[in-house]
Amino acid sequence: MTEQHAEPDDAWGEPQPAYPAEAAPPAAPASVTPADAADAARLVSFGLQPKLMPARDAEYGELLRRYREEPAFARLADAVATGLGLVVLEVSTRAGMAVTAGEDSVFAVRMGDYARRASSDTADRFLHGLAHLAVAAMAFPRPEDLADDAYIGRITVNGVDAFVRQACHRLEERAAEQGDNTDPATDAPGLESGWRVYARRSSTGATKDARRLAGSTTGIIGKAAAFLADSGFLQRTGDDAGGTYRTTARYQLQVRDMAGSAAMAELLELGVVPVTDGSATLLPPPDTDGLELAADAGLPFHS
Amino acid sequence: MTSPADTHTAASQLSAGPRPAPGPAADEGLSRRLRALACTAPLHDLDARKANLAGAYTVYAMAEVALSAIDLVTLNMDFDTGADHDQIVARLLPRIAAQAPDRPVTEHERVARWVLENLINVGSVDRGFRAVYGTFGADGVYVRRDYDFKLVEEVPGPGGGVYLRATDEAVNVLVGALDTDVTSAQIAAEVKLEVLISRGRLADAQLAAEQARYRTVQYAETLRRTLEATRRNVRAVDWLNAVPDMIAEALDHVADRYRHENAILTNIRKARDEAEEPEHKRRAAELVDIVKDCIRRHTQLQSRLLEAGPLFRAEQDRQAFAAPTARAGLDLYGQLVAPLLPLPVDQATRATDAFFAHGTGLRTPVSVRVGDLVDLLLTPPVEREHLGAEMPEPDLVATPDDSRFSEEQLAHAMELLDLEHDAPRRLSGLLAEARLQDPELPYLVALLAVHAASPPVGTAYRQGERRLLFAVDDGATLDDPEFGGADLIVGTALLDAAGMAADRKDAS
Repeated sequence: MTEQHAEPDDAWGEPQPAYPAEAAPPAAPASVTPADAADAARLVSFGLQPKLMPARDAEYGELLRRYREEPAFARLADAVATGLGLVVLEVSTRAGMAVTAGEDSVFAVRMGDYARRASSDTADRFLHGLAHLAVAAMAFPRPEDLADDAYIGRITVNGVDAFVRQACHRLEERAAEQGDNTDPATDAPGLESGWRVYARRSSTGATKDARRLAGSTTGIIGKAAAFLADSGFLQRTGDDAGGTYRTTARYQLQVRDMAGSAAMAELLELGVVPVTDGSATLLPPPDTDGLELAADAGLPFHS
Repeated sequence: MTSPADTHTAASQLSAGPRPAPGPAADEGLSRRLRALACTAPLHDLDARKANLAGAYTVYAMAEVALSAIDLVTLNMDFDTGADHDQIVARLLPRIAAQAPDRPVTEHERVARWVLENLINVGSVDRGFRAVYGTFGADGVYVRRDYDFKLVEEVPGPGGGVYLRATDEAVNVLVGALDTDVTSAQIAAEVKLEVLISRGRLADAQLAAEQARYRTVQYAETLRRTLEATRRNVRAVDWLNAVPDMIAEALDHVADRYRHENAILTNIRKARDEAEEPEHKRRAAELVDIVKDCIRRHTQLQSRLLEAGPLFRAEQDRQAFAAPTARAGLDLYGQLVAPLLPLPVDQATRATDAFFAHGTGLRTPVSVRVGDLVDLLLTPPVEREHLGAEMPEPDLVATPDDSRFSEEQLAHAMELLDLEHDAPRRLSGLLAEARLQDPELPYLVALLAVHAASPPVGTAYRQGERRLLFAVDDGATLDDPEFGGADLIVGTALLDAAGMAADRKDAS
């Protein structure tokens, strides 16, 4: 209840900085009235409720229409969002007013608030971050899926776990093939490979109250999925396989325009340059010939 | 030797002498053995720690219980699930009870649970074990390393349950030196089994058969993982060569083992039936069970293999034949997850943190007004409904009875067809008699008679029925105003279990 009280308060309180921003271009044909500012802020406040569907709320739909038809109103709403520390990803009838938190915004989610252990334990911090990345990778397994606005991804918690585990297993096999000793040095836990941290964490565990073991990998992924569902990024569709979810338009925007590029930038900074021609996908590195198989759909099973 | 320079060189030579050749390759054998040794440590540890438990538990041989627990988990591992927690505890109880027969059952159960929990290592966040060992690195520097392993791991099962699986390490501890090629090891075991049986050494044969089953389980596990990867993404696996090859190989394997094990089964059955000594008989019977179990696992494997093809084609339709989009998106797996996993955690965390910070969306901060807070705190807690919402009374509508014949008509027809077993009748006569009672009845009688032309003998036999209605066509034509066709001879056969068995024997 308190959250809903808070949102309009925040949104109403802020328009003042928006005024000077809007006053600057004097070319605006109709002068902006306080009522317009109130409407713009109202639209942003709708955007702050990510689970709200534009199709389900007449006022929301009306404000969206106004955003698209009146450039002055659109600029006003953008300014309100920017003043609140929000980034506007898209304004459309399918995604609504899709806004997300800027870097240092009060709306940003911090890892320490998200999971208590994550702030003290490097392994847990990594696993929680990886869980979010893996959920996205499973929801949009191919580049085409992420680019296609109409695509709806489906994930299960156990499926994501099995997928990452499989990837880790392959790395383990490859390391074993090359004869590498992957056991980390005792006094330098930070040098342990990422896959190894994941591989040695158990995937599930029995608890006294029949809940998911929070520290297990399915527990961590389940938490990520539930959190994303709360953010309006996923919709829970069932309880099978640890929980099944499907993606929303907002999640696709968020991953495509924000998270993916941010993580990519970090990797590039680390000197890891993933080479791709835009067509490769969830392939294990050596199997490049798997791409041609569409030509011969009838596969030689029993030859 | 008195010169200090000499001693210096001698010392350095000495220290260089016993050190193994630098480089991980030279050390590999040693570290492998150290890891193998580490896997046995948790078992020894159980016996060392039992003295610390509250109560006199020294009478129990904990390592023995632990080994037999791993045994049980391995044998109960199926394709989809692992072994059930409580089931393992229950099966452990007889052995524990035998170790201390005068102790209460609750204590036995506590011991079983303690051992199982320690094999999982419930206390640690990884639920695993860690051993530290040292190796010389490529540059000759001595490095201490952590070796992490699990013996029994918990995996999610269908329906949200938690099941137990024995890890590869545990299977190695259990059977010893299993670190070999699965297929060839299995073939070796089968050959050994056949030789043993032909020489009549059943005790050894059982051991070999059990080993064969361990390997069967291991082989199935490898295949299960591969198929799971296939399901995730069509392009993740090489469907041009590798997977069809693998499937063909596995089908060959199943066919081969199936033939082989059926041959063994026949042999042991013979051995079982011919054995005089009760001990031999019992062992042979156990062996039959084990081989049957092997065959069951192979059949399961085969059905999985056959599902793989349709699954691939369905996924291919969905993924490969869609119209390509104009813009190329970011490849989340190929460009983020895959390069990130091999990185050291310190570096990888930077990328995952960035993804987390930008990928979780926003949370509206909670700001509380004092007025709300007071209301909130003073609101009495909502009583929880234990029984849930009240079920609405179902509104039942009687379905109209649209049966062609009434119950009464059926009773009349059955009465008519309740013939003496030595006095069969012609259908024409039955129809005429039926027509006298009720104009509709002949239809029902004709229907029943036609059904009786192919009587469900097998079902009746299995259900232990004594009589069965049958109809035979002897070529006579039915002369009837309403029906045409053959004038069947309808009769009742008495079923005799012993007689039927004898008939079958004669026929074969």
